Amino acid sequence: MTARRLPNSGHIDRTQALSFTWDGEPLKGYAGDTLASALLANNQQVLGRSFKYHRPRGLMSAGVEESGALVTVGQGARRDANVRATTQELYHGLVAQGQNAWPSVRLDVGAVNGLFGRFFSAGFYYKTFMGLPPFEWGRGTGMWMRYEKIIRKAAGMGKASRAPDPDPYEHAHAYCELLVVGSGPAGRAAALSAAQAGLDVVLVEQDAVLGGDSLSQPQARADLAQEIKTLSTAGVRLMPRTTAFGLYDGGVAGLLERVTDHVATPAPWMPRQRFWTLRAQYTVVAAGALERHVAFGNNDRPGVMTANSARIYLNRFGIRGGEDILIATNNDSAYSCAQNLAQAGAHIKLIDARDTVPRQLRAQAEQSGIALHTGMAPLNALGTKGVTAVELAQGNPGNWRQAGVVECDLALISGGWSPIVNLLSHRGIQPVWDAQQACFLPAPTTEPLALAGSAAGIWDQAACVRSGQAATQCALAHLAGQPVPKADQPSGGWEGAITPLYEVSVPRRNPKAFVDPQHDVTTEDIRLAHREGYVSVEHLKRYTTLGMATDQGKMGNIIGLALMAQALGKEIPEVGTTTFRPPYTPISIGALKGRNIGGHFRPLRRTPLHDWNLKQGGTMTMAGLWHRPWYFAGTGETIGDAYVREAETVRRTVGLCDVTSLGKIAIQGPDATELLNRVYSNPFAKLPVGKARYGIMLRDDGFVMDDGTSWRLGETEYFMTTTTAHAGKVMAFLEELLQTRWSNLRVHVTSVSEQWAGVAVAGPLSRQVLESCTEDPGCVADSTLPFMGVLETTLKGGIPCRIARISFSGERAFEVYVPSDFGPTVMQALWDSARPLRGCLYGLEALGALRIEKGHVTGAELDGRVTVEDAGLGRMASDKKSYIGSALRKRPDMTRKNRPRLVGIFPRDRREIFNAGSLLCAADHVEGYGEGWITAVTHSPALGHWIGLGFINGGYGEWQNREVIAADPLRKGNTGVEIVSPHMFDADGERVYG
Amino acid sequence: MKAYSAWNVFLNGLSGQKGWTRAWRDPEPRAEYDVVIVGAGLHGLASAYYLAKNHGITNIAVLEKGWLGGGNGGRNTTIVRSNYMMPGNREFYEHSLKLWEELSHDLNYNVMFSQRAHVTLLHSPAARDGAARRYNTMRLTGSDGELWDLPTLKRHIPHLNYDADARFPIIGATVQPRAGTARHDAVAWGYARAADQRGVDIIQNCEVTGVDRCDGQVSGLQTNRGVIRAKKVGFAVAGNTSRLWRMAELGKLPIESHKLQAFVSEPLKPLLDQVVVFGVGGAHFYISQSDKGGMVFGGDLDWYKSYAQRGNLPLVQDVAECATSILPCLGRVRLLRHWSGVMDMSMDGSPFLCKTPLNNLYLNAGWNYGGFKASPASGWYFADLIANDRPDPVIANHTLERFAQGVNIDERGAGPDPKLHG
Amino acid sequence: MLRIPCPFCGTRDHSEFSYGGDASVDYPALDAPAEAWLEAVFQRENIDGVQEETWQHLHGCRMWIIVERDTRTHEIHSVRPAHPGMAQTQSPERGPADRS
Repeated sequence: MTARRLPNSGHIDRTQALSFTWDGEPLKGYAGDTLASALLANNQQVLGRSFKYHRPRGLMSAGVEESGALVTVGQGARRDANVRATTQELYHGLVAQGQNAWPSVRLDVGAVNGLFGRFFSAGFYYKTFMGLPPFEWGRGTGMWMRYEKIIRKAAGMGKASRAPDPDPYEHAHAYCELLVVGSGPAGRAAALSAAQAGLDVVLVEQDAVLGGDSLSQPQARADLAQEIKTLSTAGVRLMPRTTAFGLYDGGVAGLLERVTDHVATPAPWMPRQRFWTLRAQYTVVAAGALERHVAFGNNDRPGVMTANSARIYLNRFGIRGGEDILIATNNDSAYSCAQNLAQAGAHIKLIDARDTVPRQLRAQAEQSGIALHTGMAPLNALGTKGVTAVELAQGNPGNWRQAGVVECDLALISGGWSPIVNLLSHRGIQPVWDAQQACFLPAPTTEPLALAGSAAGIWDQAACVRSGQAATQCALAHLAGQPVPKADQPSGGWEGAITPLYEVSVPRRNPKAFVDPQHDVTTEDIRLAHREGYVSVEHLKRYTTLGMATDQGKMGNIIGLALMAQALGKEIPEVGTTTFRPPYTPISIGALKGRNIGGHFRPLRRTPLHDWNLKQGGTMTMAGLWHRPWYFAGTGETIGDAYVREAETVRRTVGLCDVTSLGKIAIQGPDATELLNRVYSNPFAKLPVGKARYGIMLRDDGFVMDDGTSWRLGETEYFMTTTTAHAGKVMAFLEELLQTRWSNLRVHVTSVSEQWAGVAVAGPLSRQVLESCTEDPGCVADSTLPFMGVLETTLKGGIPCRIARISFSGERAFEVYVPSDFGPTVMQALWDSARPLRGCLYGLEALGALRIEKGHVTGAELDGRVTVEDAGLGRMASDKKSYIGSALRKRPDMTRKNRPRLVGIFPRDRREIFNAGSLLCAADHVEGYGEGWITAVTHSPALGHWIGLGFINGGYGEWQNREVIAADPLRKGNTGVEIVSPHMFDADGERVYG
Repeated sequence: MKAYSAWNVFLNGLSGQKGWTRAWRDPEPRAEYDVVIVGAGLHGLASAYYLAKNHGITNIAVLEKGWLGGGNGGRNTTIVRSNYMMPGNREFYEHSLKLWEELSHDLNYNVMFSQRAHVTLLHSPAARDGAARRYNTMRLTGSDGELWDLPTLKRHIPHLNYDADARFPIIGATVQPRAGTARHDAVAWGYARAADQRGVDIIQNCEVTGVDRCDGQVSGLQTNRGVIRAKKVGFAVAGNTSRLWRMAELGKLPIESHKLQAFVSEPLKPLLDQVVVFGVGGAHFYISQSDKGGMVFGGDLDWYKSYAQRGNLPLVQDVAECATSILPCLGRVRLLRHWSGVMDMSMDGSPFLCKTPLNNLYLNAGWNYGGFKASPASGWYFADLIANDRPDPVIANHTLERFAQGVNIDERGAGPDPKLHG
Repeated sequence: MLRIPCPFCGTRDHSEFSYGGDASVDYPALDAPAEAWLEAVFQRENIDGVQEETWQHLHGCRMWIIVERDTRTHEIHSVRPAHPGMAQTQSPERGPADRS
């Protein structure tokens, strides 16, 4: 190939030379070049290696369908593998290298695979690599795993960096009335007419420059610039470098904007790419069409490319791809390419598979000095790392005979055109075969979208413009709620009809002819798939990997379908086609994730006391999305030291704990009591004003959903607390009940979780702490605020608060809620009075220790498979009333006697430690499922040894005084334990009153 | 039919691949079969294969409205594991894993079961203890399971996000070394070929349009290729179970159809050698790398009922966030394709392998999005159920009656809401 | 993205909403027999076509709504408040006809 940059033509800026390196070699290009055009201008032929055979590959196209020139761009953490050289804009300092090759794409040792190509047919790997060769002896997966290691290394294309991607991305949202995809003649016409009709229009173009096919027309530059200016003036939002990668439900388009991929040194605050969610009321798809290849011998050689790509390299980039050029076509479209190249000084030999060529085209060719031969097609390309000649065939499709050789340094192929219907395929709109144009076009649809231009199979430029305007009329009708007119532009537009041409071969010669070049899928592979019965298009695709490469079948699908149809003796529409899925072109995962990474992956919920807790030396832990204080370590203390001290302090004096993360719901209305009585399993009908009650909610299926408390603040008003984990779920469930099932109940529920900060004040001296903080110290006296009493009062400084005498620790304790903004002030005041009493701050770990000692259940126990009885709370559940879950909680298996019940666990040797997650087994049978499991463990300061909570079949009564093993083969092994009552400390509950 | 072996691959290489014959026949349906399985997905094909192999019943047809293996078998993320905890589930999936280990040899078809280890990341001591119960159960019931501390995990997978400032820092992982991935299409083709070899008629493009009933049993199936009579009928049509159930005039089922998306990246040289699972803060994400080099990954359901095999962007975005949260190098890796499948989501996240109100009709359904790994055992026990007209004790709870019984085999404990399972 | 015309807030992305379930399920009285509850809690029509379903505008007005939607195409035909009293307060101009 002897490509040459011509003077003074194309859409490149010759005043701006750009240096870049290819495989270490410094080269030069111009602003406006793609990496592909710059490499072509530098006569670089071999740019890639194929997947399986490692065959040398060069440019096959000039656009997104590129299947050969896949390269790696960038270095270090910014290395991008599998970049299509044809869509990468050139920038100063760009570093690109070949991939899937060693030591380089020019001299690739892997090419040795090609020698064994005869054995590596489609799906050969399903037939071997199972055991020891040659007869696959052996068992298991051992041999396969060895082979797999080697196969995995050989497979893959580029190599991704393992370093974190350093670039930022962002996610943006937009709305418009009309989205136009593609800025070719049809897209521009649609956008302009729509904007002039007053619509809010977004025009997206995947290319860096607007213009589409107009860019590859000779001498269109000035007119095009003017046209684009007009669009902009008319109010069209122009989005170049933006791919509409998918159409989704509700008129939503996914767009990917490449913001800095073309910039040598982007500003650090610029996102690399921007992912747009665009909601459009109507969409015009004017995405164009892709030129097809033809399967013939060695059609993958560097120097064989589609005809239109040579026209693009010539007219857009000012590069004549060769000197002696063979152009092979089966349709009219290649003639203008031939003419352009001839005018640029190339020697052209044009062969047309058709017997007759429209007279006008023939005359034009002759005028341009082009040698035209009809009834001919390419049979086999010669040359290894670049085409040197092409053997020709004469005859007609299905009946070719060999007919000489023509020397050339560039072979251009036009096998017809495939309209880009991918976006419609995303919407589930089936493509229908248009036999006249030899292409798939979408079936009619009621979706709010229209096709225009060559995407609708319209080849004539003036007709494309009209089709764009017609699409706008459809949009206007749809937006006005009127019947949408039918497209009045028929497909077609060539003077002579296309003659379908998918494969050229002659008997007794079978050089490799590629259907899907990137994956090395050959015509023989398609036929093998047919012989073996993989005849459904989906089987064909999956068995041969046709259409599964990075171009997703843009290059080869139709040829594959045609060959399968031929093998089956059917027509293409009977064979069908696979479904195109988003994205239209591959998009970085980074762009899709936007900014929601690292610490922003999920919202972090902090309590109003968060900073205060940190200032006091608190260490935080995760509780769902919350950060809660875990423990407050003193100097030199470990977590173990700290929580034991904290728990011990609570039992001895007093401790303060931030419990703000509990869910809080305001329940108001005349039927508030009725609501609570229906959702809690225990009675709530007679809870007096000024009292709180612990309650257990079941799911509809009768298993425990959540537990918490409800405080009766007035006749018609309650304050409910839920667990941290289920706050959202309980709230939504109450809303669902009130709005869908019990709409006659006059109750309003409001989440006030964010409005109130909460502190547990627990321990024998808790009342003293509160006394010094309330304006009326007497209000927390035992007489005015007994156990489970509720009080609305004010703290010193006039801070409103709600106090309930509730205990999770088993000590005398209070929960104090104040408006969130007062949280830190109140916490400080409580702490100021607790500290002199030798009190402490405590975190979740100590909270856990205290509750385990008391046998109180939390999420570790209430895992969604537990009944009220399992949790040891069966006596609470009412048999006198009906409530959510009451109908189903007594199903036979849920009332079985030997269900696992909540128990306490002590180590047999009190010095021993054991782990949560251990299984509880009878000592003589440490295997299988055991008899139960341990949900939580702690060192108990009150008891002086490790204790645990868990479940065991039949409960405490069954296992009292029996030898039990806590089995933990994962970590610690076996530990002898004894099963005790879950109420391991102060079983009579005296301290809570004391 | 020619055996698949290195030797025959070599000979066919020399002969221009001319010696291979059809992997399965394309038979015309006969008027009557001993057993008709509706649905030539993985479960249906496996059922037919084991009916023939284990029970000597070969007068079988498998009816498929489209192309075999074209349902969720052909569109999943190919993870095979047995890290189940509940009695019944445990034995079932362990048996499945054992069948997987020998499947390539058994079928004489390389299903590429790669026992590359299944690694579930842990982010808190509470999560570790919860997982410990599961993996201890696996160990004590004869399976494999490990707990990797942070240094071990870092040694095996150095490029996960170990940042202490990560939203959910990683503290370790539970691991099932024998778990891994398989080539999903090959499993369908392997079962189809092996079943066909034993005489099973696999009839593609044959859609059931009606179910004929007579005396409390199914007498035949109306299809677009005529009526096919059957002594016994099995339904194995994930995603379409309710439709078929209605055709049999059996009313409602404890199943809803939901869609699950799946994703694959461009092919890359080896980047990840294990299956990695990430689930915390409401996130759910799993990823592995195919032998072809694509990163194969997925997340949760789209959260609304659907029979459409296409997904929407919010979930795509969510999955991308998960991906880069645990493997930050994936930011520059490009998504090649995303698609979705329709799942039978059951009310307790667990399947049905059971008898039905019609005495010769058997149901294989409700696999949620865990059906791929279950395929061999599903086929095995479904065949046994059909052949012997009684469930093996392992599947005793996989019945429609378990809800009335109050039996809970829900591994997630999520409650009776199909969208919450998986 | 489904675009759901919330009767209270206007058309919003479905990611603001949470899907509830089949709106045709008639939950029995709390004291109804277990059989009735088994039917309501576990049994579903699982319609492939247009069904009525509940959604909650979770990250919006938090109202439960009934959406008439085709489960094969995701096309939304109508939307109304789940609470019958709320539905009565809706003037026709603000109702589900607002598809913009």
